[in-house]
Amino acid sequence: MTRVVVITSGKGGVGKTTTSAAFASGLALRGFKTAVIDFDVGLRNLDLIMGCERRVVYDFVNVINGEARLNQALIKDKNCENLFVLPASQTRDKDALTEEGVEKVIKELEHLGFDYVVCDSPAGIERGAVMALTFADEAIVTTTPEVSSVRDSDRILGILQSKSRRAAEGREPVKEHLLLTRYSPKRVDEGEMLSYKDVQELLRVPLIGVIPESESVLHASNQGTPAIHLKGTDVSEAYTDVVARFLGEDRPLRFVNYDKPGLIKRLFGGK
Amino acid sequence: MSLLTLLFGEKKKTASVAKERLQLIIAREHGSAARGIDFLPALQRELIEVITKYVPVNPDDIKVQLEKQDNYEVLEVNIVLPEQRN
Ligand SMILES: Nc1ncnc2c1ncn2[C@@H]1O[C@H](COP(=O)(O)OP(=O)(O)OP(=O)(O)O)[C@@H](O)[C@H]1O
Ligand SMILES: [Mg+2]
Repeated sequence: MTRVVVITSGKGGVGKTTTSAAFASGLALRGFKTAVIDFDVGLRNLDLIMGCERRVVYDFVNVINGEARLNQALIKDKNCENLFVLPASQTRDKDALTEEGVEKVIKELEHLGFDYVVCDSPAGIERGAVMALTFADEAIVTTTPEVSSVRDSDRILGILQSKSRRAAEGREPVKEHLLLTRYSPKRVDEGEMLSYKDVQELLRVPLIGVIPESESVLHASNQGTPAIHLKGTDVSEAYTDVVARFLGEDRPLRFVNYDKPGLIKRLFGGK
Repeated sequence: MSLLTLLFGEKKKTASVAKERLQLIIAREHGSAARGIDFLPALQRELIEVITKYVPVNPDDIKVQLEKQDNYEVLEVNIVLPEQRN
């Protein structure tokens, strides 16, 4: 059975594409045949983050319109054997994604034996975002500890609960996970940033992980290498934990506590 | 920590202000979703269809309204029937 996982948020720029790339790569590293689809029609980004932008020939909309076959459009990832990228179309036609079209592609991925289909949602609560979540079995609601992001996540949760196929057909609801990104334990400690506990209490969705704010995300995107591959970095480890938890493993939260520098350190500086 | 903050306590941290604001706005938005402002127009349309099957009423004479009163909500349907002819 193929599981469809949407990475969604409502608000823009909170780390959906970064997470889609890292999470899909993480699933592939664990041996699952995985496809990651860019639903951001008009603004293609996932291909850059995955580092496959020069190999894009056909896109998602070409497949939907029958202008290309799915296996012509799927790009094999350079880092993982069993990972494939389906890039977004750069068309300006907002109606290019149809529900039937998206359903057809997902069914075909199922036939091709994919274990997971990861859908990178565009920002907003309009058509594109709704298309990305329509066929989801699970949702990773990506949120930064910031008021507008939390509120938008709350709205997208409402949309998951009303507009997904699972909801429309009265089946078991989409399984929701909360992912906090761009988290700064220091600022939380100083009372300047909502803590992960605050956000979880507000949204009432089980927490699947906390990704710290880190420069390594920029290094990763500069190189077109998903952040999970940057061995030894906090972000890579945090995403690896997220994948493990998603697969049902128990992993304690890391990178959420701030170690106050001691007096000596404060007096003499240091990292 | 300065002497002043020691004496008078610290100013409220912005994160806790954020949390309180979110608690209020999320509760309010959930309230309006639960109140189902979404389904009212459809309900009104369907009521008109059903009622005009039996009584020739003017669609403008059917009013559907939701009102919140303390702990409960009232769904009010107002139908003005045409005067009886006989
Ligand atoms: N953990 C992190 N630490 C630091 N920077 C991050 C982190 N996660 C994401 N970013 C940065 O935030 C920006 C937005 O990230 P990304 O493109 O993944 O967000 P998005 O939700 O997909 O945006 P959009 O809504 O536009 O699709 C990027 O510049 C990215 O490098
Ligand atoms: Mg994106």
